[in-house]
Order: sequence, then structure tokens, then C-alpha cells
Amino acid sequence: MVDKDTEKDKALLEHPVLVQKIRSRFGKAIIETTIFRGEITHLVEKDDIIDICNFLKYDLDLQFNFLSDVVGVDCRPLNSSFEVLYHLYSIPRKHRLRLKVRIKENENVPSVTSVWSSADWAEREAYDMVGIVFEGHPNLKRIYMPLDWEGYPLRRDYPLVGYKDQYNPCGVEKNNKQSKK
Amino acid sequence: MGVTEGNVLFTTVDNIVNWGRRSALWPMTFGLACCAIEMIAAGCSRYDTDRFGIVFRPSPRQSDVMIVAGTMTKKMAPAVKRLYDQMPEPKWVIAMGGCASAGGPFNTYSVVQGTDLVVPVDVYIPGCPPRPEALMYGFLQLQEKIRREMPSVLSKFLKS
Repeated sequence: MVDKDTEKDKALLEHPVLVQKIRSRFGKAIIETTIFRGEITHLVEKDDIIDICNFLKYDLDLQFNFLSDVVGVDCRPLNSSFEVLYHLYSIPRKHRLRLKVRIKENENVPSVTSVWSSADWAEREAYDMVGIVFEGHPNLKRIYMPLDWEGYPLRRDYPLVGYKDQYNPCGVEKNNKQSKK
Repeated sequence: MGVTEGNVLFTTVDNIVNWGRRSALWPMTFGLACCAIEMIAAGCSRYDTDRFGIVFRPSPRQSDVMIVAGTMTKKMAPAVKRLYDQMPEPKWVIAMGGCASAGGPFNTYSVVQGTDLVVPVDVYIPGCPPRPEALMYGFLQLQEKIRREMPSVLSKFLKS
């Protein structure tokens, strides 16, 4: 089964629209393209993300008009960086695509709210949970946690049981924390 | 009805007050998570809590019991406290399910580790979620608890 999957993935690398058209249009801005079990992921330069998203949305062969999700990932145990993933779907063309942006700890990412307005809440979630700051976001504040919450719960250095307070007597003592950005 | 006609019954104030209180326990329509679905099932026709005088009320001002049905997050805790404060005395609290009783199966950063950290709890119902039978048993336990209260003694303490 695995062999069949890798064969299919190799064939997908030659996909005329989802790989070749995008790569030839943006060249160096696409750092790397990986395919795993039929899922195509482009690792892209963060400064070109808005251009790429605009192209993906408005190009007639692509028409990625639906932003499924924006996800922030804390990759610090691996390579001291954060990642932002954009999961896209093209309703007219039935294509799926994933974009990936890699940033250092204190870097910001341009917001794609100008392309898909649904990015508003999704980026607020990534900000709330992982602490990724999206530049140009119209209303970047916490979406799940209380507005006065300290720290970003899904970061690796945030304790799983949370900090000790009146609602959690078994939490980690506050003076041990390092997660404030 | 010859038995009651023209007759006089002797009882204590405590007895009659407790009888009234435990026979019309009105819980607040208030659910936080999946336990609320079981609470709704308990209130509907199959389990039918109405036969115990347990009638769900849509306002804390008209309620006697707060069923904390589900996971209470730290963000929700002030709202739960406020609703409890809005209920008139006498009032009771049922912590329904593992999350409300003790913070749930996992100690998570966002969850209050037990309703008793926010409001005083009278009855804890285990289960994840508890079946409607368990909730009804919790109500019966609460009725038993109310039956043993002594409001006449308590009111003396409150006055002094």
C-alpha cells in the first residue's frame, strides 16, 4: 500500500496546475513542495504569502475560494521556529492545497484577511493559541481565552495543566513560566 | 374526602417548610456541555422530572437549584458565580458529571478543577456524562438532604 501511495505522490509532483503552474508563476517564492499521500504542501516565503493567495484565489485554473483553516504550529523542539499552515479548498475545481510559512519566534506574518475574510477568526485562533501575530489583521485579539489571559496555551513551554490560580490549585507555580512573548 | 374534611393536622414548621421546598425543586435551565444533553433528556417525557416537582425555569430569579451540567471553563466561572448570586435563597447546587465535580478526566489549563472552587456544592453526580437516572438519583439525594435541614433553627442564627 505504501508503495502505491509513493507512486501516486511522485506522479502528483508533476501536477500541471497545483504544482507546475504555481511554481513557474512564483519561482523562488516557493521554497519547497512536499507531497504526502496525495496532499500537496507548498512551503512559501512569508513576504509573498498575500501575492500567492491572491493568485490562488483568482486564477481561473485554481479558484481557491475557500480557506478551510489557518493553523499555527510551535515547531521549536525541532528547529526553533513556528509554522503557519493555510488549508485551501477550491469549490469550483475541487482542489485541495496546503501552504506553509515558516517564521522565527518573534517574527510576524502578513494577514490574509484581505484575500479571504474568513481568515479573520482563523488567524485570531492561531494568535490566541500559539501567539502568532498577523500584520494587517483588522481585529487581532483573543477569540477563545479570556481577554486578560496570560501566555499562549498551545505553545510547547506552556504547562499542560496551566498555571496555579484560584480555579486550579494543582497548577504550575507562576514564577516558573517562560512563555511570555 | 372524609379524612381531611374539618380535621386538623399537627406538624412542625421544619417539616412543612422542608416538604414544600423539596417537593418543588425548580432547577435553572442552564447547561455547559454534553451533560446538559442528559439533563434535557431527564427533563423530557421519557424520564420526566416533572413528576418529582422538578420543573426547569428559564431564569435564576425563579430557580432553587443550579445544575452545573458540564465542563466549567475559567472563562465561564464568573458567569456561573453571577448566576448563582442571582438566585434567591434558599438555593442548592448539583455538580453534574466528572468535569463539574472535579475538573474532569484531565487537568487542563482552561478548566476549573471542580465547581466547589466557585460555588458551594450540595450533591456531586459522577459519570461522563451521568445518565438521566443518575441525575434523578442526585435529585432524590438532594431531597433527602433538604428533608433533614432545620430552617427554624437556621433562621434564628440568621437573625442573630
